[in-house]
Amino acid sequence: MSGDSAASAPGRSGGRPGRPVGRKTPGTRWGRLLEGGLLQGGVQGSPVIRLFVRWVRRPLLPVMRLWRRNIQLKVVVTTLLMSLGVVLLLGFVVIGQVRNGLLDAKVKASQSQATGGFAVAKQQAEEAVSVTGVDGGTAADGRPSQSVIQWMSDLVESLSSGGQGAFDVVTLPAGDASGSGRGPRASGEVNPTASVPAELRERIDSSTSAAQSYTRIVYDTNKPSQPGLVIGKQVNDPNSDPYQLYYLFPLTQEEKSLSLVKGTLATAGLFVVVLLGAIAWLVVRQVVTPVRMAAGIAERLSAGRLQERMKVTGEDDIARLGEAFNKMAQNLQLKINQLEDLSRMQRRFVSDVSHELRTPLTTVRMAADVIHEAREDFDPVTARSAELLADQLDRFESLLADLLEISRFDAGAAALEAEPIDLRDVVRRVVSGAEPLAERKGTRIRIVGDQQPVVAEADARRVERVLRNLVVNAVEHGEGKDVVVKLAAAGGAVAVAVRDYGVGLKPGEATRVFSRFWRADPARARTTGGTGLGLSIALEDARLHGGWLQAWGEPGGGSQFRLTLPRTADEPLRGSPIPLEPKDSRRNRGLDDAGLPRGGRNDEKRATVPAQPAGADGCARAARDPLALRPTGATPTADPAALPGNGARVVARPGAANGTPGAPDGGAAGGTPSARGGDGAARDADAGAVERDGGVHVGRSGGEHAGQSETEHVGRSGGVERDGGEHVGRSGGEHLGRSEAEHVGRSEAEHVGRSGAEQAGRSGGEDVGRSEAEYAGRSGAVQATGAGRAWAGPDGTVGRPDGGTGRRTPDGGGRGAGGQGADVRAGGGAGGEGPGGGTGAWKDGEASRGR
Amino acid sequence: MMSFMKGRVLVVDDDSALAEMLGIVLRGEGFEPSFVADGDKALAAFRETKPDLVLLDLMLPGRDGIEVCRLIRAESGVPIVMLTAKSDTVDVVVGLESGADDYIVKPFKPKELVARIRARLRRSEEPAPEQLAIGDLVIDVAGHSVKRDGQSIALTPLEFDLLVALARKPWQVFTREVLLEQVWGYRHAADTRLVNVHVQRLRSKVEKDPEKPEIVVTVRGVGYKAGPS
Repeated sequence: MSGDSAASAPGRSGGRPGRPVGRKTPGTRWGRLLEGGLLQGGVQGSPVIRLFVRWVRRPLLPVMRLWRRNIQLKVVVTTLLMSLGVVLLLGFVVIGQVRNGLLDAKVKASQSQATGGFAVAKQQAEEAVSVTGVDGGTAADGRPSQSVIQWMSDLVESLSSGGQGAFDVVTLPAGDASGSGRGPRASGEVNPTASVPAELRERIDSSTSAAQSYTRIVYDTNKPSQPGLVIGKQVNDPNSDPYQLYYLFPLTQEEKSLSLVKGTLATAGLFVVVLLGAIAWLVVRQVVTPVRMAAGIAERLSAGRLQERMKVTGEDDIARLGEAFNKMAQNLQLKINQLEDLSRMQRRFVSDVSHELRTPLTTVRMAADVIHEAREDFDPVTARSAELLADQLDRFESLLADLLEISRFDAGAAALEAEPIDLRDVVRRVVSGAEPLAERKGTRIRIVGDQQPVVAEADARRVERVLRNLVVNAVEHGEGKDVVVKLAAAGGAVAVAVRDYGVGLKPGEATRVFSRFWRADPARARTTGGTGLGLSIALEDARLHGGWLQAWGEPGGGSQFRLTLPRTADEPLRGSPIPLEPKDSRRNRGLDDAGLPRGGRNDEKRATVPAQPAGADGCARAARDPLALRPTGATPTADPAALPGNGARVVARPGAANGTPGAPDGGAAGGTPSARGGDGAARDADAGAVERDGGVHVGRSGGEHAGQSETEHVGRSGGVERDGGEHVGRSGGEHLGRSEAEHVGRSEAEHVGRSGAEQAGRSGGEDVGRSEAEYAGRSGAVQATGAGRAWAGPDGTVGRPDGGTGRRTPDGGGRGAGGQGADVRAGGGAGGEGPGGGTGAWKDGEASRGR
Repeated sequence: MMSFMKGRVLVVDDDSALAEMLGIVLRGEGFEPSFVADGDKALAAFRETKPDLVLLDLMLPGRDGIEVCRLIRAESGVPIVMLTAKSDTVDVVVGLESGADDYIVKPFKPKELVARIRARLRRSEEPAPEQLAIGDLVIDVAGHSVKRDGQSIALTPLEFDLLVALARKPWQVFTREVLLEQVWGYRHAADTRLVNVHVQRLRSKVEKDPEKPEIVVTVRGVGYKAGPS
């Protein structure tokens, strides 16, 4: 269990590999360090500390790794430490007890010896008094002392003679009375004063009973001092003067015994510890070896070597583990084999059916063709029949092909042959292939975003099939309106979005379009041909690439299908360079759904292939930026009414005109209902646009604005600004004053921003181009506004020196923040300088540079 | 004469209806079809009829199409077009590797089939005398021979065409699509595996070390080009 805690502790506290060994840097400091790091280096010394920690920890890393990975080591070390602790504890207890026992016996013996001695001394003194009674009486003045001194020496000698080596006797004058000539005496060359602790002497001075103490017996000769027990008592000499008599018992013997015991214990303890360690090692080995074997075999199993099994011996728990493991492996193998068999059978079946169906179909087909060729020679009924026969054979064939393709996916037999391809080539091929159909439908297909290579590792055949499907669908359902194919690359992903402005999709249909044989409108279904499997196959193709195929649509507002592929085949997708909901959706333009707050966007990233409900993307985007949720002061920008394809024709919009002047107001306006802000923005925008005309803004390409052709958009203006950058603002017809701006620009990223649909004056902006990362997170609203604003803002209108756009001043930013937040970024994008409200996300700087 | 120019076609197919239909179409286009329904007899029929082109169904009783293809290829470079119902990678690639020049997936339209056959037979038109060099190879276009250090290397007509196409413009990188169009006569980009497989086959014959090609060099992400001469 200690092992457990030891094991888990590192994991818990560490998280990161190679945490310092340790405990030297307590958790709190780590916490502080971490925090400091997170808070942008708030802690001053943190880098130094970190360096130090790293330095300390580097050499320990291998050890730590071993510790973390090796349970045997952990158990053995823990066992060693714990048994060492136990042995030490035991040793102390045992030694204490032995010592007490030894000393108790000695003390008792000594006490009785000393008591006897004291009695003898007392007795001798009394005897001396009786013998030399007269002498004693006269002795008071000097002489007597002579005899007392002698007497005392005799006493010491006689007392000590009883125990040569076993004890020594010392007499000391009582109290301070050293003057009477009775100096200290001692037997056995004991140094009397040094051997009797002063503290004991004081005690004896103050009482008449015996007292004892431990001491070190010091000798006058070279004999080494030794521990001893001293027992003393105040006794009277023949003159009845008190003196102190001490018995000193050396404890050498006891000490020897004790150290012997200690030595024995230490040796035994060491052995115990080592043996316990060894035992632990052996025991753990017994458990760990099979576990390691299981781990190794599990790895091999998962690597596909299904026949690997554990060796099982005995019937113990380990053996049961092994048996269970083997049983599991067995079942796995069985299941996998079954599945493989099924898959093989399925494939085989498909293959057989394919062959069996296709051979006669080939004959029929050829026969039909021969008949069809000769139909002019037939009567009208037969001729028409021949035509029908040929046509329906075509359909039958494509249906069969699609079915077989789908069943190949179902059987897992589809293989990806990925190599780096430029999606622009694929798109161009697809578009040129769809031209005849588009011409028949009166549709124009435009390609946007093909200035730069859009390269990804993909299977050209499959991607082409997907895109052909999307484009043909868009043309067929586009009701003669333009179809825009947009390419973009950013981060680790490339995307192609196909936008149409046809009937669109009803809510909920965006996911269902990918269902097999699903048809939007059963009534008109069969007229458009197709097998009903096209999108299902496209979806499978996208999945095979690890990509997404998603649909967005709104009733009457057209739809957009977006294919997102990872740039390299094995890289997981985290986002798409193109927003699923196009910036010119009615919602983004505020044509419907007004007032609805938008939901969270997070799902966009998570969502994989299955298309999301329409609009989810947009919602999500908005959610990500809290600012976007506010009513934006809209920002309708200018509405230069440029038609697609024409240059920067700028038409000032009346609606816009009433806006409050200047961008600066915008900030204030932010709070106000959208309409107002919008107006202001619009106006500014106009100004901006105009300026742009001045040359800054080069005409925008028609391609960029999808949806221009829609009726809702009444005038719109666009300007391409800065090099390569395109900024288009357009206002929706219904909403006066709202305009969308598109800013295409510098680096490839595309930023679509749009302010919430709800707001009356909303503007959509798309900022293509700044760093790629941005597109992901930012809410459309922001940018859109921003874009619009930007133009407006600088309000400046005036001025932008180099085309400037730029200036997005802080106001712009501020405004954005207050009003619609979006501005900021947009501002940044457009104007560049504006620190933009600090939202920062947008690299203002880049934007401005771009310009 | 006319019919001779159009060529004899050996149809190896066990489906009698399809074979008959093929016969009708081929005759209608002026070819001279002959038929064999069994893989085991295909080789004998091939030797007997000496066709200008073989239409070979991959699924046959007796020897399968792949095996027949290998046997025919072992003794002749005559163009072989496979008929297959399976467009799956493996089948097609195995077929191509066994020596087929081209394949056509059932169901096909008669015109498509005829176009493929014509593309394979087109080569019989007289080429202008021309000498090309690629790497250390010398190609005599009219003589239809490839020599390295005087040693001639046997190539099938298709491989020869492929090599000549590359050698004629050594400065140009050919995408697989372009090669498909020039060598196979496809109008629309089709299966580029066709190109890959045949480039491999070609390399195995003309390269000193097929692992490190010097004659037909891969340009990653684009296609192939002739190595420096």
